[in-house]
Amino acid sequence: MSSCLNEARRVAIFGGTHGNEMSGVTLVNLWVKNSAEIQRKRVETKPFITNPKAVEKCTRYVDTDLNRAFTPENLSAPGGDNLPYEVQRAQEINRLFGPKESPDAYDVIFDLHNTTSNMGCTLILESSKDHFNLQMMHYIKHPVGLEVGPQPQGMEFPPCTVEAFRVLERIDYPRDANGNIVAMDCDWEPLNPGDPMFQTFDGKTIRYHGPGTVYPTFINEAAYYEKQQAFVTTRREALVASAIRKV
Amino acid sequence: MEGKYMKDMEHISLPPLSRVAICGGTHGNELSGVYMVREMQKKKVHQTESVSITTVLSNPRAVDACRRYMEKDLNRCFTDALLSAPITDSTPYEVRRAQELNAQLGPKGTPEAVDLLCDLHNTTANMGMCLIFYSFDWIALHIYNYIQSKMTSAPVTAIQMDISETYSLESVGKHGIAIEVGPQPHGVTRADIFNLMKEAVDLTIECLQKLNSGSTFEGGKVEAYTLVKSVDYPRDPTTNNITAAIHPQLQDNDFKLLKPGDPIFLSFSGETVKHEGEELYPVFVNECAYYEKKIAFHLAKKVTVTFPSVSVKKVD
Repeated sequence: MSSCLNEARRVAIFGGTHGNEMSGVTLVNLWVKNSAEIQRKRVETKPFITNPKAVEKCTRYVDTDLNRAFTPENLSAPGGDNLPYEVQRAQEINRLFGPKESPDAYDVIFDLHNTTSNMGCTLILESSKDHFNLQMMHYIKHPVGLEVGPQPQGMEFPPCTVEAFRVLERIDYPRDANGNIVAMDCDWEPLNPGDPMFQTFDGKTIRYHGPGTVYPTFINEAAYYEKQQAFVTTRREALVASAIRKV
Repeated sequence: MEGKYMKDMEHISLPPLSRVAICGGTHGNELSGVYMVREMQKKKVHQTESVSITTVLSNPRAVDACRRYMEKDLNRCFTDALLSAPITDSTPYEVRRAQELNAQLGPKGTPEAVDLLCDLHNTTANMGMCLIFYSFDWIALHIYNYIQSKMTSAPVTAIQMDISETYSLESVGKHGIAIEVGPQPHGVTRADIFNLMKEAVDLTIECLQKLNSGSTFEGGKVEAYTLVKSVDYPRDPTTNNITAAIHPQLQDNDFKLLKPGDPIFLSFSGETVKHEGEELYPVFVNECAYYEKKIAFHLAKKVTVTFPSVSVKKVD
């Protein structure tokens, strides 16, 4: 079985969604100045700084986290200038690159982020059923010769399997004992029941007592302290993407 | 300060060092010190044998906001001029706070000041365990020597500030030492970094207790680093934005000798910038808070410092 999709004609590359995550800001500014590197035939790529005020202040956000602002309520909220800065920005971005879930929306958006966690390069997808995204993820990991030369008409990406980690739950810091994370720099390594998880400030170890082995990630992300999140547990899954080809 | 002690070339005798201040959160997002002070306050650590300990959260507003500072870097506010500046409505929060801290733990340069002020910091640079103190301070040198000899979990380095106009919090005490541990992102607390800092604080107090009990600490020689100059990032002349990052071969290589021709920056468009000038040691490489101070890294020379033996003269 294969999925037939329309061409992805318009792609946006966002940086500065969190104003202090520098790689995305730097790259997008470079590409705004000189877009040669991101130009491809038959694709319009638009680099864009999503949260310019936060970038200027080198802070994650000014009023509220932009990357949590794209809810239907926010996107349709009246109030204009009285709305929090990031809600106004979300509405503007939705107007320029959406509207969300409409046929006028951009085909693909890459949103560039950094983390204080030791996650290396991680791709985050909203849905495990988006075959286009799964094929794209697979390609990023295994770029096999398809880059060379013009793409023949009707080229099909065969079915593939991608290893992914599905988010299970968010674990907070121990609050009354108040502890440091012990399992540091071990994103994507298995955390087994009984393994050390936190060290309290007076030196005691708190162990993980979940029902089974999980894979923690976003371990010790600075911005998540205020979201009461020390790390996130995930489960390893193999996601199957069906073949895709252009309509 | 020199006038107070019987100072001859071989030996220094001084009164007991019985009052110590441990300060954290001088920069509100350097979290090891914040949690250290909170933990000591929770455990009500005030007195251990011969040493009475005051714990202070230096910049509580910045700690609450998890920012380095609110209006002005607190750790540059302890000059004589700022400590005696009249307070008006437009005086920055940190200047007022510096004067409060000076009243509580000083006043700087008087007999009422605490005997040792220990200020806890973190850096995003890969500096490990680093002690920072002013060059005229023999006690700080002895504490460094003691910690270096006892600490097995990590190497210990020292930066000696060779300047006459002191501006940082630890200069409020009769003796002062900053404990700087990295790498740790600002706003994050890491167990391994916290443990290093705790070990250093415990050893500092232990060192003073030994001194106070009458032991003589032999003099000797130690290696330390003295800052020579700082190097800024290459910047765009119109926007002033940085146009390069620290080169991967320099990144995380604090205290490793930098020679002429070694790469220091990699521009975002791929060009390498090389070090020119004398061989020196880079420190505070890619410290996040220094971007606004126009410092990509400091360069230091390595020095051997000779220090005299020291003992506490018991006062009747």
